[in-house]
Amino acid sequence: MAYTKAKIKDLVDGKIDRDTLHTMLSTPKDKERFEIYLDILQEQVPWDDKIILPLGPKLYIVQRASDRKWVVKSHAGHEFCDWRENWKLHAVMRVRETPQEMEELYPRLMAPSTDWQVIREYYCPKSGDLLDVEAPTPWYPVIHDFEPDIDAFYTEWLGLPVPERA
Amino acid sequence: MNMQAKVEGIVRGGETLKQHRDRLMDATKRTGHYGGIKKMELRDSQPIMYNKLFSRLRAGVVDARETAKKIAASPIVEQEGELCFTLYNAAGDAILTSTGIIIHVGTMGAAIKYMIENDWESNPGINDKDIFCNNDSLIGNVHTCDIHTIVPIFHEGKLIGWVGGVTHVIDTGSVGPGSMSTGQIQRFGDGYQITCRKIGQNDTLMRDWLHESQRSVRTTRYWMLDERTRIAGCHMIRDLVEQVIADEGIENYWKFAYEAIEHGRVGLQARIKAMTIPGKYRQVGFVDVPYAHDDVRVPSDFAKVDTIMHTPSEITIRPDGTWRLDFEGSSRWGWHTYNAHAVSFTSGIWVMMTQSLIPTEMINDGAAYGTEFRLPKGTWMNPNDRRVAFSYSWHFLVSSWTALWRGLSRSYFGRGYLEEVNAGNANTSNWLQGGGFNQFDEIHAVNSFECAANGVGASAIKDGISHAAAIWNPEGDMGDMEIWELAEPLVYLGRQIKASSGGAGKYRGGCGFESLRMVWNAKDWTMFFMGNGHISSDWGLMGGYPAASGYRFEAHDTGLKEIIANGGPIPHGGDTDPENPTWDAMLPDALIKRDKQAITTEAMFKDYDLYLNYMRGGPGFGDPLDREAESVARDVNGGYLLERFAASVYGVKLARGKDGQFAVDEAGTEALRATIRKERLEKAVPTREWMKGERQRILDKDAGVHVQQMFAASFKLGPKFEESFRKFWDLPGDWALMEADLPIPSYGREYSMDISELPDVKTVQFVDE
Repeated sequence: MAYTKAKIKDLVDGKIDRDTLHTMLSTPKDKERFEIYLDILQEQVPWDDKIILPLGPKLYIVQRASDRKWVVKSHAGHEFCDWRENWKLHAVMRVRETPQEMEELYPRLMAPSTDWQVIREYYCPKSGDLLDVEAPTPWYPVIHDFEPDIDAFYTEWLGLPVPERA
Repeated sequence: MNMQAKVEGIVRGGETLKQHRDRLMDATKRTGHYGGIKKMELRDSQPIMYNKLFSRLRAGVVDARETAKKIAASPIVEQEGELCFTLYNAAGDAILTSTGIIIHVGTMGAAIKYMIENDWESNPGINDKDIFCNNDSLIGNVHTCDIHTIVPIFHEGKLIGWVGGVTHVIDTGSVGPGSMSTGQIQRFGDGYQITCRKIGQNDTLMRDWLHESQRSVRTTRYWMLDERTRIAGCHMIRDLVEQVIADEGIENYWKFAYEAIEHGRVGLQARIKAMTIPGKYRQVGFVDVPYAHDDVRVPSDFAKVDTIMHTPSEITIRPDGTWRLDFEGSSRWGWHTYNAHAVSFTSGIWVMMTQSLIPTEMINDGAAYGTEFRLPKGTWMNPNDRRVAFSYSWHFLVSSWTALWRGLSRSYFGRGYLEEVNAGNANTSNWLQGGGFNQFDEIHAVNSFECAANGVGASAIKDGISHAAAIWNPEGDMGDMEIWELAEPLVYLGRQIKASSGGAGKYRGGCGFESLRMVWNAKDWTMFFMGNGHISSDWGLMGGYPAASGYRFEAHDTGLKEIIANGGPIPHGGDTDPENPTWDAMLPDALIKRDKQAITTEAMFKDYDLYLNYMRGGPGFGDPLDREAESVARDVNGGYLLERFAASVYGVKLARGKDGQFAVDEAGTEALRATIRKERLEKAVPTREWMKGERQRILDKDAGVHVQQMFAASFKLGPKFEESFRKFWDLPGDWALMEADLPIPSYGREYSMDISELPDVKTVQFVDE
């Protein structure tokens, strides 16, 4: 079932009505959602680079307008790296590894024990937006969590042309 | 003459069960289609007939579940719905299943396949009206307390399928009372073990079975009624199949029983293409096993160590819609009860998938045939030793699977299917278990299933639902207090939302809840805790924080009898802010245990002792600074969030009104949020700068022994995991981390013996190892 752009925007904004939400959950997916979704997000970002794939509420793979290179970019406009790299390695971050740091987030006793688990927060260097949180043991490598096959997704699954990539 | 004697098998058409399954599996492997079914003849030529068969059978198995559960006396079954019925074809592949604990679609099928591969057909024989029982985790069951009743279905003297029913029983006669006890470290302490045993003929249970089984468990009455529940459901479904065949013909039923599975396989592939994005997704799950503590009493010193269970996973979704889930790097099985069989690990993933990827009524083995799993042999979810214990395999199953939500949710988010995004599930604990003599002066065991109502992970459009669900039962329910008070000699002094248990985020995780129980009218009573403590299993997603982790509160020698007699204040409600506890001062002479030791073994409790049962919350989604400030005020007013975290986590400045309710100071909030963003950047360093320091800690072996043991064990079983670790940290060639060098025992590291090494045992391999 197809939905209007207004309904998809309500969804993106967290304002979707319950009936439509129920329909979205219980009926086959609307293939055209992706393009409408990109249109909505494109209108919401403060820059002109074309969004190729959203990675989070404030993180995107984009086609840089100036040279058509695909990069990972934040809502605030920070360019992290090539789209195939792990953007977290190009972010700024903070590790919570003492009880005091944990107790800013959780009541004492409800926080992880820091000799077992730490919390790593990855921020946009431009805005301080919190883009991702990892909660592994000490020593754990930074996880490269998603390597999308965008070419197959666009061409084989959606029947869309792949935007130019420098 | 060089001629083999033709053996007339019991399967319709004359094959033996083994011949039948071999033929199907060969055709599946050869063609990529289940049973070689490239064209679904019945579905395509008679779609109405096909759907009618599906609808009648599906409605029938659901009806059987709903009817049969009323026979049970155990609140685990009757209140929580911890049962499930599944219809199988002759080869033991699931055609369709009821609602309930549908992980057993796979586990009961694995038991049928074990009977097939080990020639149960000739010994002990498989006849019409036989009844078989199984709970063996070494051949696929989740844990000992899930008891399977399996009944073959015959038509005109030939076997045409099977029906299986399962209930989670309240006690299996393990070392400690309760269905998922913690004190044992080997299978031999897990309780009564039954391997596909024939327990009935002519629809009648055998007397030796009845006598033996009833005295092998503590809660005999529940055991007997659970068994009758399972048999009744199985027989209802057998009757239904006979009626359907009478109405629609055996040929149509027979075709349906195989085409439905191919239909399920194809359906999964279509859904993957319709909902996800091809590519690679990586994630990881952890849980703590804190056994180096005085309150964990185990029989063997080599088990008395702190360890961390670890499951990294890589999901590969290919352009053709097929997918592979690889768990390279996972921990070795351990000397505790948190191991799992490959079938329960993989089958349980379907329970998850029914809640997003395949939300249809057609849950069957087609999805399993459509998925490639790689579980290295020797890992905790594919053990290579016949001594391993499984009694609480869920401890890490739920914590491993929660990571998969994050992977799949990245694809849902990328496509704009925000309604499907789920930051994760909760660690489904705490478990309140124990036993002794109850209020009715009977030998008793308890396992409160209140944690069938944990918090749900946040989505990308709304908060997770609070005190609502458990990943292992899509119909989870916390149960009525009045019923639990009948089932357990424990009265409620309080039940309330557990504030700040849900992970923070733009959308927060659902909160769990907590119950304060007072022991009442119990004799010779024990209880123990079971849940995550040092580690929060459930990370947040895309800027959301993990759910809170667990802790314990128990109080002994409380003096409550006197305090109550004198009309003094007593603890009630919840342990609202464990950082600023209020109950402890009311119990000045009590022995109070308030700490992070969320796993214990049997401890003595007596009347007026207290136990806090805290159910965990779900993880959050998105940056908490982006949460609507009004929602934060609502959370504080509603008891979902402790007030101080409104500012420190969400950057929301609240002001208390005359009515006692908090309201948002909008200007103050805006300023505070700007300050927090600035402070974040002041405290942050470039990731690569931090990596230099962390690398040095690795070179210096600067981490707890439990952390080092986790990595060392994963390196041994997962060479690719070690390689990627070394590469990431750019470690010198001479850097090595070996369990043998650590100051704790690692029994099982070098020596193991698999069940398949026993004489005359043929195990069934379900995954790439």
